[in-house]
Amino acid sequence: MHGIDDLRARATKAIGKKAAFGPDVDLNEFDSAPVPHTYMADEDLCELPPEEQKRLIMAGLDVTQKDRSGTFFQKDTSVIHCHSQQQGIEVMPIRKALEQAWIKDYYWKLAAVDADKFTAAAELGLHDGYVIRALPGSKSIYPVQACLYLDKEGLQQNVHNIIIAEEGSELHIITGCSTSPHMKKGIHVGISEFYIKKNAKLSFTMIHNWAEDMMVRPRSVAQVEEGGLFLNNYICMKPVKSLQMYPTTHLVGRDAVARFYSIIVGSPGCEYDLGGRIFLKHPGNKAEIVARTISNGGRIIARGHLIGEVPDIKAHLECKGLLLKGGLIHAIPELEGHVDGVEMSHEAAVGKIAQEEISYLMSRGLSEEEATSTIVRGFLNVDIPGLPPQLRAEIDRAIEESDKDVM
Amino acid sequence: MLLIENLKVELGGKILLEHIDLEIKPGETHILFGPNGSGKTSLLMTIMGYPQYKVVAGKMTFRGSDITTMPINERAKLGIGISYQRPPTIHGLKTRQMVKICGKGTADAEGLAKRVNFSEFLDRDVNAGFSGGEIKRSELLQLMAQKPDLMLFDEPESGVDMENIHLVGKTIAQLLEKDSEPVSEAKSKMQKKRERRKMGLIITHTGYILDYVAADKGQVLYGGRLSCISNPREILSCIGQNGYEECVRCMA
Repeated sequence: MHGIDDLRARATKAIGKKAAFGPDVDLNEFDSAPVPHTYMADEDLCELPPEEQKRLIMAGLDVTQKDRSGTFFQKDTSVIHCHSQQQGIEVMPIRKALEQAWIKDYYWKLAAVDADKFTAAAELGLHDGYVIRALPGSKSIYPVQACLYLDKEGLQQNVHNIIIAEEGSELHIITGCSTSPHMKKGIHVGISEFYIKKNAKLSFTMIHNWAEDMMVRPRSVAQVEEGGLFLNNYICMKPVKSLQMYPTTHLVGRDAVARFYSIIVGSPGCEYDLGGRIFLKHPGNKAEIVARTISNGGRIIARGHLIGEVPDIKAHLECKGLLLKGGLIHAIPELEGHVDGVEMSHEAAVGKIAQEEISYLMSRGLSEEEATSTIVRGFLNVDIPGLPPQLRAEIDRAIEESDKDVM
Repeated sequence: MLLIENLKVELGGKILLEHIDLEIKPGETHILFGPNGSGKTSLLMTIMGYPQYKVVAGKMTFRGSDITTMPINERAKLGIGISYQRPPTIHGLKTRQMVKICGKGTADAEGLAKRVNFSEFLDRDVNAGFSGGEIKRSELLQLMAQKPDLMLFDEPESGVDMENIHLVGKTIAQLLEKDSEPVSEAKSKMQKKRERRKMGLIITHTGYILDYVAADKGQVLYGGRLSCISNPREILSCIGQNGYEECVRCMA
């Protein structure tokens, strides 16, 4: 077990270490001093200005907390709301959790504190973050919602999240990141560690809704034990200056399964470098990475890396990109089979909307514009097996909302 | 009424159709015969308005409007519809949504799908992995929702199994108001025929469709030209006995 001092020492050494991917960021340009905000009760949340409520809704946070099994809400550096409304599910700020001994078994156990300057910053200047835990055998009907909100201009927000689905539990989380309507520049550094234990099921749906000048550097690692399922959905349809992430999942038990789905729209001035990496280490492991990217003039690098280390595993990678108004889509699918008996495939395509499809819809009465937007919406409409209808609706709403911007 | 006068059509610089004259009156259904590559599908696509089929001479009029250069969707709005032989797949667009699009939101997708034995396909992406026969039923379902006045059918019976051919034939007859369903007491057969307004142009190789649709005229397209107009059954038996070339010569 690494002690806190050891972690800090390693982080300090990595303080200037550039990330493996994506443009470098000078963290000195940002201010990471704590920004105090007062805690809000349930009813206070509902009294937020309508414009802010709308932005929160877009990032999956419903202030009425209807059909949610818990809420975590962090504004800038302070947790302003945190509670669970379902037995068997714990939601707490990570700073509080760190006062307890058990969390040491999870904190920085999957992600490396010295991976780069961002992991280092998250350790040395941790603001807060959430710990969400489903107790053994508990099943959540409704998702827990978690929102990381930026309001202060020029802020560097450092968060660390730990998500634990104990044995046999089922947990759904919708997490959004968003900014105040006035906010322009800032950076979000977010560490996430996911533990999916034996026969547990975790669905994690992240909707990003940033400001145009935001830098975003999430760092996440997951571990799925025997018979567990990790469903990871990522949606980013609104402009952001630079986003780089490469979440990694280790399947560490028989029949463990991981599926990643991402839907990304890149507007002019945006730069994305994202992907997913899944290690299949035990027989019966299955992995799927599906990405749908659209560029309207932004630059998108879509990576995917599947590593099959044992026989009797199955992995598929699908990366489809649509260039609508210039920009760049660079698909980098990688398959690594280390032994005989792996079954791995990928399908990558970058292109434009087929005229034939537009004409087909026009012959059914749609105008050229309507036909195009119908095809784009279809392109983004990925079937995600195992996702509760609730969350499906959230994704559909995000796609529907941003439809106007895409066109 | 659809009126085509002296039409000449080019695709990628090559002349596909020439001296095409065709008139389909309200209530009439025509059958279009012709060997592979004779330009039958091109004629349908030109009537529908596919821009790659360039009209270099002549004129098309539908219900009094000149449609020669009209965009596809405006022709659809005027009442022209088509059942494709090989329509594209649209990923992420469910057949149910497509039916709604065709019916401008008013169609009862469930009810219509039942009639063409297609209910279980409503939640599948349009044409994704559909067999030949499934595509035909999907296309008919879309036309049922769209309710065009002029319907163009590109080989509606090809690839359809024996079990479904009856269903396809009957559905096309209904769409064209050519079905011989028991006439209600209020309406005589004559009256029904008089009120018939739907127009059809059907490409067929096999002629199976003639068992279901009492077509008014047959046309043979040969080498890019419409070569004869006659009774469709006669044309079919002539082609069957003598082949297209002989048939065109004899009819001329």
